[in-house]
This record gives sequence, C-alpha cells and structure tokens, in this order.
Amino acid sequence: MTSRLDGDMDRQRFLGTDRYIATDDLTMAVNAAVTLERPILIKGEPGTGKTQLAIEVARSLGKPLFEWHIKSTTKAQQGLYEYDAVARLRDSQLGDDRVHDIRNYIVRGKIWEAFAAEEQPVLLIDEIDKADIEFPNDLLQELDRMEFYVYETRELVRARHRPIIIVTSNNEKELPDAFLRRCFFHYIQFPDRDTMERIIDVHYPGLKKQLLREALEVFYKVRDVAGLKKKPSTSELLDWIKLLLAEDIPPEALRSDNARSAIPPLYGALLKNEQDVHLFERLVFLNRKAGGSS
Amino acid sequence: MLVPFFFCLRDGGVKVSVTELLVLLEALQRGLADNSVDDFYYLARTALVKDESQLDRFDRIFAAYYRGAEDSLSDLFAEVPEDWLRRQAELHLSEEEKAQIESLGGFEALMEALRERLEDQEDRHEGGNRWIGTAGTSPFGAYGYNPEGVRIGQSGSRHRSAVKVWDQRAYRNLDDSLELGTRNIKIALRRLRKFAREGAADQLDLNATIDSTARNGGLLDLRLVPERHNAVKVLLCLDIGGSMDDHVRVCEELFSAARSEFKHLEYFYFHNCVYESMWKDNRRRHTEKTPTLDLVHTYGPDYKLVFVGDATMSPYEIVYPGGSVEHWNDEPGALWLQRLLDTYPKAIWLNPEPEERWRFTPSIKLINEMMGERMFPLTLAGLDEGMRALR
Repeated sequence: MTSRLDGDMDRQRFLGTDRYIATDDLTMAVNAAVTLERPILIKGEPGTGKTQLAIEVARSLGKPLFEWHIKSTTKAQQGLYEYDAVARLRDSQLGDDRVHDIRNYIVRGKIWEAFAAEEQPVLLIDEIDKADIEFPNDLLQELDRMEFYVYETRELVRARHRPIIIVTSNNEKELPDAFLRRCFFHYIQFPDRDTMERIIDVHYPGLKKQLLREALEVFYKVRDVAGLKKKPSTSELLDWIKLLLAEDIPPEALRSDNARSAIPPLYGALLKNEQDVHLFERLVFLNRKAGGSS
Repeated sequence: MLVPFFFCLRDGGVKVSVTELLVLLEALQRGLADNSVDDFYYLARTALVKDESQLDRFDRIFAAYYRGAEDSLSDLFAEVPEDWLRRQAELHLSEEEKAQIESLGGFEALMEALRERLEDQEDRHEGGNRWIGTAGTSPFGAYGYNPEGVRIGQSGSRHRSAVKVWDQRAYRNLDDSLELGTRNIKIALRRLRKFAREGAADQLDLNATIDSTARNGGLLDLRLVPERHNAVKVLLCLDIGGSMDDHVRVCEELFSAARSEFKHLEYFYFHNCVYESMWKDNRRRHTEKTPTLDLVHTYGPDYKLVFVGDATMSPYEIVYPGGSVEHWNDEPGALWLQRLLDTYPKAIWLNPEPEERWRFTPSIKLINEMMGERMFPLTLAGLDEGMRALR
C-alpha cells in the first residue's frame, strides 16, 4: 500500500495542454479519476470538447488511447469480445487447422484491448447515451472490478493496469444510478468570455485582437437569441473563425451596427439547423425594420 | 468530519450514497485536495454530484455548510422567517379544499402568490385579511377561515428545526407522484415490446443451419434470419393547450421516450377532445389538419392507440355537436372517440391529473366510461398498468 501511495506522489497530473484549455474543476475531476482509477463521466453541450478531453488526457500523460464509439446498435458484449462462430464453421469445412483452437475465433473488443495494454491506457467510451438503455448496467462489473470472464475459453481477463476510463454523454438518455455511483462526474459548462479567449488563443495564436473581440461579440449575441434549437458552441466558433480567416473578412464587417451586414458573414458555420437559420434571419429582418423606422 | 456534511446533502435532496462518500474520503486520503478549499470543493463536487441539475443545490448546501452557520442552512430550506412562522408547516388539504384552490389558479399559483407576499411582508402578522400570519382571513396562514387558505404552522415545537418549516419538499412530493424520468417511462414502455423479425437477413439462425447442413450431407449451408425488432405500432394522440399546459413537460418527456422505443410511432395533437380533424404541428394547427377519418384509414387496426390528455373540460365538449371551444363541430366528440375506439380495439387513455380527482370531474368520468375504464394515471404505476392493458 505504501509503495502505491509513493507512486501517487510522482504520478503525472493533467493540467490541460497546449491545445486544450481545462478549467480548474475539470482538471480536479480528471486527476481524481486518474488517481483513484475510477471512470469519469463527462457531460455538457455538444461541441464543448468532451471527446477531445480523452484525446488530450492521453496525449499529455503520454498514454495509449483506445476509443470506443457507441452507436444505437452497440452492445456491451462487443466491447469485451465477440466469438466468430461463422468463421469457425467455415474453417471446419475447409479443413483449416486453426479450427481446433477456439481462441482463434475470439475477437477482442476495445475494453479487452485496453485491459491487455502494456502500460496504463486511456479508454474513451464515447456517447454512452446513444446505446440501449441497459447498456451501462451491462458494464457495471467490468468497469468496477476491471475484469470479465470469457465463457468460450473459460478464462478470466483482468486488467493489467486499470485504465483511465473517460465516458461521455450527450444526455439523450438518463443513465442508471448504479452506473453513476461508480463514476466521477463533471459537467463541462459553456466557457465564459475569458476562457473562450484562451481557447481561441491556443487554436489561433496571433489572431488580431480586434477580430477576436468582434467575433466573440457576435458569437455571444447569436447564442443569446432565444428559441434557438441548437446554440452554437465552441467547436462551431472555432470553425467560424477559421472561415473568417480563410475568407479574410475584416473585423469591421462583423460590426452589428453596420446595417448592411446585420447578418454576420458566413453564419452558416454557427447555425446548423435550418429552423434556426430562418428564425435568425427573421429576427435580423425585424430588427432592421425597427431600426429603420425609429 | 464529513459525516454531518453528508447528511446535510442528503437532507437537502442531493442523492449521495455511502459509496460516494467513501470515494471522496479515499481521494482526500490520497492527498488530492491538500491545497485549498477550492480544491476540496471541486473534488467533493465531482465525487458526490452525478447530475447537473443537482449542482446548484450542492453549491448552496456547500456554501452554507462551510460558512458554518446552521441558521443560514435552515433558511435555505425554510425561506419563511422562523420567528414569524412559529410552528411546523402542515399542508392538509381535503378534496373540497383542493377543488377550491383551483379558484385561485391552482396550487402552484397559490404557492407562488405566497412566496411573493412573503417578500412584501417583513414583520410578524396577526389578523387582517391580506398578510400572512395567524388567525386571519387571508388565504395564507394558520387558524384562518378562508376556505381557500393554505394552513401554515399549526402545531409543534419552537425549535431550530426551522429546516422543516414550510418544508419545500412537502409539495415537491406532490410533484414526485407525477414526475417520470424519461428512463422510467422507457422502462414502463418496454412492457409493450413485441419482437418480430423484419428487414434484411443478417443473423445466423443456428438451428436452421444445423438442420440444413445435416440434410446437405455435412456440407455447410448457412441460414440467416433478420434481426428481431420491436414491431409494436403506436398511434399517440396528445391533448395540447388549455388545461394541459401544466402537464406539457411530462407529456413531452413521454413523447421523447416513446419516439425511440417503437419502430412505428405516429403522433397527432388534439385539443380537449377528438373531433373530425387532428394536427401534427402545433404551430400550424389551423392550416395543416389531418381529417380523423384519413387517420383511421391510413393506420391499420394493429396500431395501438394511446391518448394523453387530462380529459378536463365541459361535458358539452364531448356529447354535443358544436360543443368544441375552438370551432363548430357537426358531430359530437363522443362519436369521433367512439369511431377511433371501434377501429383500434387496443386503446388506453393516460391522464396526468391525479387519480383522486377523477371522480370529481364529470368529463373524466364520461371519457373513462367510453374508454371502458381503460384510463390510467400518468404515473409509473399507471403507465405500467396501461401497457399491460394494451398487450
């Protein structure tokens, strides 16, 4: 036990990276999960960097990353292993020698790969809420004890190093309590202006101050429009700035008091939903009319 | 030292379990939060709170606890000054009183008015007919004789247990009997699942394969079958507007849960009672209507029909031609309802109104009779029963 505690002392800590700005509470949550070797659940608006977090944690701690992207048809078992019975049947017909060893037909899933890694890996279980409602429950034992049983070969697979498991959710489905109890939890809040400036700075260093200011002004204004179905988030802002730079749009063009360009240029990058675009255009039109009459 | 904090959280309604507390203690022991209170706060939050909707509650309890002031903690829950409201709150409402509360715009409105009035009022009050206190005729306060009154504080100790005065959870519990998480709804809706094989054959049918391989003289002959899908078809008719506004959130949850749970789900809106047409988009309800007859002809009788509505209206709206509050209907709603029920033998009505109130509302009784007593409350138990009736 003491040696383990000693190990903690020089354990690396995640503090964000040159590409990823992490707030204090986020780094604390990640470090707690790393130290206690328990899964961490990350929630937040789409586009706030949930998936990116796992990639950056792996990069900054210098650990291998295993990504398991969940779809609506994904089953928990697929993360552990799959037994390819059809291939074995085929081989038996062809008289292949491989057929005598069932192990040749067990296909490892992402969790098994992570468990078998030489050094402690980072395992990303992305968008867990996309799967069937029972999916998290089916993984309780595996994530808790970090081991599972392979019935076909009667062997117990145990993690060589407990992986750092990062689970993301978009809140499409509620997750079961039993699952939540076993995780640390962090809700990525939408970044405030200061954090946002730092985020943009790591992505576009040397961006002209004026353009940045105007762009943020427009961005937060668009976000404040009531009734948007999908508010633009960090990733949309970054895309938009990229476009602004590529098109070489001058900062003045973003000024909203400039009546001619009351609709921000290239706003398609910010608003992804047709209804939102309509709503936005209507509002701008009304605004302009009101402005013209007064 | 964290045990009292733990209980504070639990009392404050943050669902913390012992496991989570132990995790937090382990993390502390490992020196994760040695540096500052901020670190401790972040650590406690990530370990104990698992739902963003509870973050705010956690923050308030944390702030109060570490200010070390028990009084301020009690304020959190009480919101009513302890000196002024001396006794424990009790909300005993009889059925008649409940009905009368409606005359003030419902329980929520009453509570909202109470809250507002509390803000206006600073001192303790007795008598009178507006302010809150004891022995008055205002709707608020104790020992009053306004039948619309909410009784506040009539018995009990003058203790520091102000925590429980005007205990917010006294009426949050009322909510709980209604409240269904999408997860709960889904689990209840699962009872309806009936699997059938449809679509492309992409799963190995082991029995058929063995069978046909044997027939083939040992030469492998793979047989595939389609994956099993949920084959239940549901026609969902939602009441919208008017008296249903209070229940919109619950209904939306039901709707979003239902959408992903069935292969075929069609939904239509109606107002109060079904008539000759329904609509799919509430914003364009007056321009884009679907005649109910078309609906009956489009969707076969194998669909299961689920109404969601409070069925609270004037009985005229059901039984008389022209009874609709929105338009002139040539034929009474009852006839249309009967036509739908004749087409879809499997039908239920889910009612967000509490079951106890059904017998006081003639229109609910009427519709329940027409439905053949297949009206169920929109609670978990009711949903369960309803799904069983639909099978």
